[in-house]
Amino acid sequence: MKLLTHNMLTSKCIKGVQEGYPLRLKVENVEVKESDYNQEFIVRLLPKIRYDAIYSAAKDAGIAEDLPDSLPEDAATSEEFLRKLHHVLLEIEIMAGELVCPETGRIFPIQNGIPNMLLTAEESI
Amino acid sequence: MKLKELESRLQDLTGFDKPRIELEQYETQPHLAARILYTIEQSYGDIAGKMVADLGCGPGRLTIGSALLDADFVYGLDIDPVALKLFTRNSNEADVDNVEAVLMDVTTISDSADGGRMSGLFDTVILNPPFGTKGNKGIDVQFLQAALRLSSHAVYSFHKTTTREYLMTRAAKDWDVEMSVVAEMKFDLPQSYARHKRASVDVAVDLLRTVHRTKTKENT
Repeated sequence: MKLLTHNMLTSKCIKGVQEGYPLRLKVENVEVKESDYNQEFIVRLLPKIRYDAIYSAAKDAGIAEDLPDSLPEDAATSEEFLRKLHHVLLEIEIMAGELVCPETGRIFPIQNGIPNMLLTAEESI
Repeated sequence: MKLKELESRLQDLTGFDKPRIELEQYETQPHLAARILYTIEQSYGDIAGKMVADLGCGPGRLTIGSALLDADFVYGLDIDPVALKLFTRNSNEADVDNVEAVLMDVTTISDSADGGRMSGLFDTVILNPPFGTKGNKGIDVQFLQAALRLSSHAVYSFHKTTTREYLMTRAAKDWDVEMSVVAEMKFDLPQSYARHKRASVDVAVDLLRTVHRTKTKENT
């Protein structure tokens, strides 16, 4: 699971959850997988991502050393920053771990690199 | 990428070993998948440079095909972990790094429960949904509604031709969309299913293109 995905997942489909975001990230096994840098794509992503959640997830994964703690003003034109963002969002693969609902503590496992967001019947709205 | 190469790459992918009947698991044949994806990109420009989602992605032929046609990034969503194991194997085989799978029930993203941060995230959503023939009537409509919620622009979906009128009526009355038939085809479903007595039964299927009238607000 990439951190881009973490940025988009919520536990809001659980009955009673208000926001369910961001999910806390517990990493058991992480790999780095290089991927081609596509600057236009990263720029297109900027309005869609929540940077503070990226930063906190990166910290949880132990890879935040290079990242500024808030989105720089020149983000869209700073190749240096965009490359860092590319690395954090797309090249970090959480192979095993957990996503935890911030409101209920409900654990969503990450297995074989795939987050398991399936709910029981009782949990769903 | 040329159509022939796309078809060849999709042919190399592994399909269901034991398709689950109750989930209506059957694959989009590589020949068809390639042509559909190629048309979506050539005629409408809805894949290259776009965020794409594939709902009910199974082993990921449409997902990976979209990645091969230069989508920015493609998400495959499916309820079956076995299918997603195949998906992972296939994306490694196809050597695409811009795909990701999420194990989830797509029908939880319906009209009443929003898609959370994924609402309106995708420029294009593609789906070959279960048709609702296994005691799950209406599931294809639920899938389509989820797709409409997740997409900001266009949805491409397969539905039995017998449901066309119903869907067109819903589109006109309930959903703020323009819906059109892009292609009509025959699906050769039952070869995957042991229970069918005849070797092959053709089902008439539409490929629908549904476009939001106003580009929906991107996820906030």
